[in-house]
Amino acid sequence: MPVSWLVLIILALAVAGYFVGRSRALSSVQGDGRNLHSLPVYYGANVAISVLAPALGVLVLWLLAQPMLIERSVSGLLPAELIPEGSNLNLVMADVRRVADGLDAAVGQGALSNNEANALRAEDTDIRALLGEVGVALGQEVRPEVLNAAQSYRSLSHTGNLAMTIVVITLGLVGFVLSVRNSHGAYRARNVVERAVLILLMSAASLAILTTVGIVLSMLFESINFFRLHSAADFFFGDTWAPNFRGDSDLSILPLLWGTLYISFIALLVAVPVGLFAAIYLSEYAGPKTRAIAKPLLEILAGIPTIVYGLFALLTVGPMLVNLFGQNGALGVDWMSGATSVLTAGAVMGIMLIPFVSSLSDDIINAVPQSMRDGSLGLGATPSETIRQVVIPAALPGIVGAILLAASRAIGETMIVVMGAGAIAKFSLNPFESMTTITTRIVSQLTGDGDFASPETLVAFALGLTLFVLTLGLNVLALFIVRKYREQYE
Amino acid sequence: MSDASMPTATPHGSIHEQDARTKRRNAAESRFKAYGIIAIGIGLLMLLALVYTILSKGVGAFQQSFITMQVELLESKLDKTGERDIEKIKKVTTFGYAPLIKTAFEKTTAENGIETALKSKDMAKMLSKSAAAQLRDYVIANPEKIGETIEFRFLANSRIDGYLKGRVTRDSIANDKNVTPAQLDFADQLIAAGVLKKTFNIDFIIGADASDQRPEAAGMGVAMMGSLFMMLVVLALALPIGVAASIYLEEFAPKNWITDIIEVNISNLAAVPSIVFGILGLAVFINYMHLPQSAPLVGGLVLTLMTLPTIIISTRASLKSVPPSIRDAALGVGASKMQSVFHHVLPLAAPGILTGTIIGLAQALGETAPLLLIGMIGFIASNMPETIGEGLLSPNSAMPAQIYEWAKRADPAFYERAWGGIIILLIFLISMNTLAVILRRRFERRW
Repeated sequence: MPVSWLVLIILALAVAGYFVGRSRALSSVQGDGRNLHSLPVYYGANVAISVLAPALGVLVLWLLAQPMLIERSVSGLLPAELIPEGSNLNLVMADVRRVADGLDAAVGQGALSNNEANALRAEDTDIRALLGEVGVALGQEVRPEVLNAAQSYRSLSHTGNLAMTIVVITLGLVGFVLSVRNSHGAYRARNVVERAVLILLMSAASLAILTTVGIVLSMLFESINFFRLHSAADFFFGDTWAPNFRGDSDLSILPLLWGTLYISFIALLVAVPVGLFAAIYLSEYAGPKTRAIAKPLLEILAGIPTIVYGLFALLTVGPMLVNLFGQNGALGVDWMSGATSVLTAGAVMGIMLIPFVSSLSDDIINAVPQSMRDGSLGLGATPSETIRQVVIPAALPGIVGAILLAASRAIGETMIVVMGAGAIAKFSLNPFESMTTITTRIVSQLTGDGDFASPETLVAFALGLTLFVLTLGLNVLALFIVRKYREQYE
Repeated sequence: MSDASMPTATPHGSIHEQDARTKRRNAAESRFKAYGIIAIGIGLLMLLALVYTILSKGVGAFQQSFITMQVELLESKLDKTGERDIEKIKKVTTFGYAPLIKTAFEKTTAENGIETALKSKDMAKMLSKSAAAQLRDYVIANPEKIGETIEFRFLANSRIDGYLKGRVTRDSIANDKNVTPAQLDFADQLIAAGVLKKTFNIDFIIGADASDQRPEAAGMGVAMMGSLFMMLVVLALALPIGVAASIYLEEFAPKNWITDIIEVNISNLAAVPSIVFGILGLAVFINYMHLPQSAPLVGGLVLTLMTLPTIIISTRASLKSVPPSIRDAALGVGASKMQSVFHHVLPLAAPGILTGTIIGLAQALGETAPLLLIGMIGFIASNMPETIGEGLLSPNSAMPAQIYEWAKRADPAFYERAWGGIIILLIFLISMNTLAVILRRRFERRW
């Protein structure tokens, strides 16, 4: 039975339970709702929850666990020599799964009976042609071991699915019967339902933890796989990035890190002065009208998707810079050869970060107590002297926090550098050369056709983990500084 | 006398005249103010430059050059048996239709009194490669029209279209094999005769993407559907989960280390680079759970995880803005804590939650990087999904991914498409944000 049907049955049982529970509770007090402990809906909801919670919970766990258990037992059937050089168990298992799905499809379309599918022999039948007829294309001939594995995969999942259906429906029915028996006036249905709702709310909140754990684990496992195939020392301390899909690549993060930091530095060089002065003007000088117009306009820059900035860098800023600094350019210098460069990506990223720096600094400058300004102005300082000597020093930790947050944003930015920075990994100080970044390489290593067992692909996970740790560190540091600063004036 | 020990006051100048130091300080003051104005000016100038670039380069994509001609649907070519058997008509490939177009083009030229040395083969090359397919689709849909003469509007190919839009000039085609100066001369004659015209092109908005040989036929429609299905997934998952999580954290969570961990996690997730969510999606949803690659469902799941922190943060803010007196009043008349939250606090916070959700959705709509990793690029999204299941599971692109795809292609005619696509994307984002602002203005309650 397909899972969707199972879910529908459980849902129908729950809906029926709702009405049965409600009417049974009401009839237990002869229809006088005042004699119930809880409102009638809670009795209904209690039955529905008792049906749904255990049944669906077990269903989800089962669906997660069954493939793992089956794969473990089936992969035991595959002889070790079947796994070709340079390949791994996962690829062979993917073959097994595809053959098993194909057999299912063949049975489903009536091309085979169930018993025929189980009795197939790779030696006698051309499985590939057979499955091709039912619309499942296989890359290569099916080996006997793979077919055997696929057949036992099928029979195991068949048994598993049957057991799952029985267990889930039984659980639903048990929940139904027990809770309907409880639906009488003295039962505290509301307390039970509210506890269930609370658990639901709590699990929604825990999803945040689950996501973080998922991010860390998914990247950690693949990174460990990567470090088995490639030396960690080369990754962290080598000086060349030269992936080669035939193997034997130099995969070192340092040139990428250099590109990332250089581009981020240029972005901050644009964003910090502009953003900071804009924030100072908006919070200290501008009247309410100017502020009401200029602030939202600046913040539009933050709402523009990064793909737009990427295109702007690739098609507008890059060619413009080449016209200025390139061969036969307006300045008569031959510094720049292509449109993609550190400067292109950095400048555009700087534009993107202006509102980020300005609105964060604006908040922080506004949080400086007015009494400090009044004291300084009262002593005869001009507004600019007050800002430079009183407001900014007081707001400095917060501003540093804002800049760190902007830096973390710049390091993790992807689309602008993918389109504007180029693809050459190198150490260079020349901002007119194209360089590459961590995020760019993650995209290019994972969007190629490489298989998921080669170090050239797995390196993306190690890069991602490094990126995650780097940005996380910056964020935590920034939040810590900002919080510390807030406490000072609260 | 004690007075004698006091230093004599330094002589002051007139208070009507500033001394050098005051002048310097005032100059520094106005300089400082000017820096602020310049900074804001730079920001606004950049915004202006961006908007100007987008509009000036993108508007062209909404117009396309069409060549209008009378095509005689010859029975002898299309349906030799004369039985109008649809299966037999379908057997005629686009190659069978090409001669009809050639003949029609020659006739149109002659009727308008245009003299040209151009061969009919070169004339036909000025049309889009999709012209024959367009004719064939029409005949298959209307087999009864075979034998009649019907007026058709064919797309001109991208070079001719570029010529009308000023992108292609006689100087720029020196090394271009796809178009000759003679063809441009002929195009001038066609424009004069009113056969070749630039008009609004609805297919750019609702049509499908085309292969990289036919930039003139590419459209955003299918990618828009992909984005729509992703947004449905995000809305269906992120809104309930986000609201539930916020209610728990704001109303029920005890002050303990678990709550602290959750809070720290949420604020950190809000700052994790979006590409990391893409890696998560690839590793968990595709490699581990074996969900189909390039499917809007997977894109939606990834974007949900990415949007959740945004929604949680804004929902918590609006729950916090509901005054405690409301909760106290509900508890005072005998409601349980849960009832006070769900019956009173949540409805009062709803406008704020809605606003935050729309802003979160707008953010998700424009996000590209995670979509690259789960494979929503690199192919031609040409089929409109027919059912909801297909819309969620069959490979599709999304608006930002489609724009990226076009920007990567070699033919500059696609750049215009990319800018045009950005206009469409921005129209969506602007209307969503405007909606959020209107909702906030309309329903915001100050306590």
